[in-house]
Amino acid sequence: MHAPKPSVDASHPAPAPARTGALNLADEARKREVRTSWLLSAPALLVLVTAASGPLLIVLVYSFLAAGDYGGVVWSLSGEGWFKVFLSRDIFDDTVGIADAHLTIFWRSVRLSMLTTLICIALGFPTAWFIATRSRESRNVWLFLITIPFWTNLLIRTFAIMEVIRSEGIVNTVLMTAGVIERPIQMMYTDFAILLGMAYVYLPLMVLPLYAAMERLDFRLIEAAYDLYASRWRVLRRIVVPLVKPGLIAGSILVFIPSLGAYVTPRVLGGGKNMMLGNLIELQFGQGRNWPLGAALSLTLLVIVMVALIFYVRIVQKEAASRE
Amino acid sequence: MTESEISIRVSGVTKTFGEGASAFHALSDVSVDIRKNEFFTLLGPSGCGKTTLLRLIAGFDHPTSGRIELDGEDISQLAPFQRPVNTVFQSYALFPHMTVAQNIGFGLEMLDRPKAEVAATVAQMLSLVRMEALADRRTDQISGGQQQRVALARALAPHPKVLLLDEPLSALDYKLRKDMQIELKRLQSETGITFVFVTHDQEEALTMSDRIAVMNQGTILQIGSPREIYDRPEQRFVADFIGDSNFLEAELLTGGASGRLRLGSGHEIEASVPEGMTAPRRVSVSIRPEHAALTSGAEDAALTGTLKEIVYFGTDTHYHVALGSGGSFIVRRQNSRGVTETLEPGAAVGISLGPRSVQVLRD
Ligand SMILES: Nc1ncnc2c1ncn2[C@@H]1O[C@H](COP(=O)(O)OP(=O)(O)OP(=O)(O)O)[C@@H](O)[C@H]1O
Ligand SMILES: [Mg+2]
Repeated sequence: MHAPKPSVDASHPAPAPARTGALNLADEARKREVRTSWLLSAPALLVLVTAASGPLLIVLVYSFLAAGDYGGVVWSLSGEGWFKVFLSRDIFDDTVGIADAHLTIFWRSVRLSMLTTLICIALGFPTAWFIATRSRESRNVWLFLITIPFWTNLLIRTFAIMEVIRSEGIVNTVLMTAGVIERPIQMMYTDFAILLGMAYVYLPLMVLPLYAAMERLDFRLIEAAYDLYASRWRVLRRIVVPLVKPGLIAGSILVFIPSLGAYVTPRVLGGGKNMMLGNLIELQFGQGRNWPLGAALSLTLLVIVMVALIFYVRIVQKEAASRE
Repeated sequence: MTESEISIRVSGVTKTFGEGASAFHALSDVSVDIRKNEFFTLLGPSGCGKTTLLRLIAGFDHPTSGRIELDGEDISQLAPFQRPVNTVFQSYALFPHMTVAQNIGFGLEMLDRPKAEVAATVAQMLSLVRMEALADRRTDQISGGQQQRVALARALAPHPKVLLLDEPLSALDYKLRKDMQIELKRLQSETGITFVFVTHDQEEALTMSDRIAVMNQGTILQIGSPREIYDRPEQRFVADFIGDSNFLEAELLTGGASGRLRLGSGHEIEASVPEGMTAPRRVSVSIRPEHAALTSGAEDAALTGTLKEIVYFGTDTHYHVALGSGGSFIVRRQNSRGVTETLEPGAAVGISLGPRSVQVLRD
């Protein structure tokens, strides 16, 4: 983020074209150092590469195979898996059309994940700010409280939310007893329920990196900006946000990626109708018995994540650059 | 001083941190009037409340009681961004994500000045602090002295009515500090802005200020021109903190602006007396070492004693004398070439005091 400007590089004299023996020796030493460091990290690299790319490779291969009748794959090359990601064939007359159902689910996944990220920023930013501005001792208490939800199983947390928002749940009961509403509000099995669940689950992943960035913030800079006639809002926009941007980006990535692939939350709170990508993929490996399609969908998810991240980081950086 | 000449008026300001048993009075009943376009210095030891007073004027904190006026208007409760007052922070507090030029233009931009005006003022400020060549550098890519000048330019750019400077030169080396001192004085006279300057360097305070307020433990002990503060310190702390001083016990015979005093040696002499002090009474007096001179004989000497030590300092020589009436006394004499030292330790010497060299202290 703080790439050195060319002007700095200019201050270092370029190496002289005619190299002296001493320089060569130094070069040799550096090369040796590089070689040793590669050798030393080789085992770790090996584990990383195989653990990360191995499964991915399997998924890639499966996506180009034919589906077995009872799940699994048949070892014959087939484009059927990828075909079905975007297109569908009518079962009666074999006409080919766009796979609307899939596109709807893609779009819902992306939309809900972006909304979740936005909600987490909206809630997480003030929360992180609150914690970062407490005294040193109470900060630790607050951070501890923030992490409490992580102690419980995701499924249990999701069911807890269900208990709050279902028709006979806490919210509806209270509102009905108070006479505010006559009939329970349908909150379960809606996008709202999914958003609520995901924001609740992923909020700490936004708060923690934001807090880490804010804790490092030099609060004297904020005073300096106040002193130079910046209103509170402008201090936030011009000083605080640019300076905590690394935390903001990290938090957004940590929230957006798992949201996009979320499985448990949309399953429990969204029901079968409001599927997200994770559920669609699971369906292919389970009831759908179409592993190649499942594999192709998984890779599609990966591509969506990467494209979205590249866009996001670009936009944030461009905005920062245009302001400077 | 008429009302219209006053820029900042601090009246009866107290600042308390904490509550109950742990309450700490950082400032107790501080009152001071600062004139327009004055170079006013707050001088005092570490922890005496200089920064606290500056922060109250800037608006980062609000007084526990008392009020602060700017040009006759009460500003005690205004936010920092509502006051035409800018600060040069002790730590500079430059924005690390902006260039030098962006830092300098920030205040004007926040005041929603037109882009052209901002650019013009930034260019002007850059040349004022001689930083044109580094306008596009990031602030973490320039030296400490350059950062300091950027901080100064940033605070000056919106042309505030008052500029607060919190030990802005303390991080600089001696040579650069001297240059910046001259620069600051030039800026002050060129811009017509009131400067409130904080330092705990007495030499810096004496050379730069129109007036100095000497502070200790949350109170202002004395306000005056450098000459007044140095020549006529009214309290032991002031005399001790600024320069060196000899302290003696004496008997004040008559009061008034210049009263008569009887020293421990029995010698009677004229002395400056703080306002409103009544006589007769026992008092402490302060005498600067360079306001006294050694005489070889005892006749017409104010004090007599034995020479204990001679310390050569290059520019001057210090003579340590054990007084006949008890206590010790230091006389300072400027050195000049061709004058050989005739005195030896152990010699009986007299000390003569010039007119108005004796200052009576309040405590
Ligand atoms: N926020 C605060 N809470 C409690 N005490 C404080 C606070 N700010 C300052 N103080 C105390 O008030 C006193 C005056 O502090 P101040 O910063 O004004 O000193 P200073 O004269 O600027 O000293 P220095 O020359 O070291 O900068 C100090 O004893 C300090 O500990
Ligand atoms: Mg201070």
